[in-house]
Amino acid sequence: MLINIVLNGKKITREIEPDLLLIDFVRKEGCFSVKRGCETSNCGLCTVFLNDKPVLSCSLLAARADGQQVTTLEGLQEEAAEFGAFIADQGAEQCGFCNPGFIMNALALFRENPEPGEEEIKEYLAGNLCRCSGYEGQLRGILNFLAWKKDKKRGVSL
Amino acid sequence: MITIREYKKAATLEEAWELNQKRMNRVIGGMLWVKMTKGNVGTVIDLSGLGLDKIEETETEFRIGCMATLRQLEEHPGLAAYSGGAVKEAMRHIVGVQFRNLATVGGSVYGRFGFSDVISVLMVMDAYVEMYKGGIIPLAEFVNMPYDRDILVRIIIKKNKASFSYQTVRISKTDFPVLTCAAAVTDKDVRIAVGARPGKAMLLIDRQQLAGLPVTAAGAQAFAEYAAQVIPTGNTNRGSAQYRTHLIKVLAQRTVLEAGGKAGC
Repeated sequence: MLINIVLNGKKITREIEPDLLLIDFVRKEGCFSVKRGCETSNCGLCTVFLNDKPVLSCSLLAARADGQQVTTLEGLQEEAAEFGAFIADQGAEQCGFCNPGFIMNALALFRENPEPGEEEIKEYLAGNLCRCSGYEGQLRGILNFLAWKKDKKRGVSL
Repeated sequence: MITIREYKKAATLEEAWELNQKRMNRVIGGMLWVKMTKGNVGTVIDLSGLGLDKIEETETEFRIGCMATLRQLEEHPGLAAYSGGAVKEAMRHIVGVQFRNLATVGGSVYGRFGFSDVISVLMVMDAYVEMYKGGIIPLAEFVNMPYDRDILVRIIIKKNKASFSYQTVRISKTDFPVLTCAAAVTDKDVRIAVGARPGKAMLLIDRQQLAGLPVTAAGAQAFAEYAAQVIPTGNTNRGSAQYRTHLIKVLAQRTVLEAGGKAGC
């Protein structure tokens, strides 16, 4: 079957099998930030945006994305770079395997709620599993990032 | 691993229903559960082109299209206000935001899964399912009906004078619940729905008026103890029947008291 998808801002038309999952579709298109983790729709590693909403690409048929906008981390370079670099500087990640999904969902949170509290962060990111950090580093990193952004907006230099 | 021979986005409900009469075919909601099953599907029938992803609120009811996502239910201000936050509380622990942006209310209710937070909270409300051919059926009745090849079109919640509460116990965040408990206090009765027993959610109405109206602490305890006696539980690797029965006592009492408090009675 033929589908049309706007992938990272670029219109593409592809012939696909009806049971092709979106994760396999975007990886075939070179979006290797999207990774397969748990296979049980639990870990958040395969997070992409479908019409700007975070979804699990491992659980969505590519056919269902026909006519819609799909964004991966590759399509959010500018938005992701600032946050990703800050998190790395904070030492908030360890092996980094969960990072693409974690960054995607954190960006989705900032778009919905630019100034989330600690509990709101924990709740929004509950669907992103990390097996080495214990989440404390990531939480600290996000809180520091938000504080830094706030200061930056107010013109405070650090 | 599931294999799919054809994908069809239905143009009408009639087309979807006709396709669904073949045993090899299957309607998909969010596809989160279907994806984890094994076997071959002839045609997957996608209802996402039928405009059934809306939550409409009128003076007397909510009409929730089968393709509305659990995240839509969680975020809907009208549902939050009517349920006193109970609907949001029932949704917000289900895996993660990305999962709830895909999972549909139709898939959750049609599946009649024992672990369903969605069914548990809806069951204490005056809720109905609208089936394409089967008409409007009370949810509590639908849950125990055999699976057929009809199509669930929407969920209807009638607005009544009632207060609600919802609580669960989970071993860890985002996991399946060990037990779910929803309570409603109306001007006529007190009712609870207990799910993840691990069987399908079960509705219990306080016909003996143990909880009292207005609800009292001693009454809520008496009703909770009665609920623990009459609601069957079972063993799974998440918890024993004995543990679940104990949890019924705790959660039923807490939810009835909370709903009673919200009702101001």
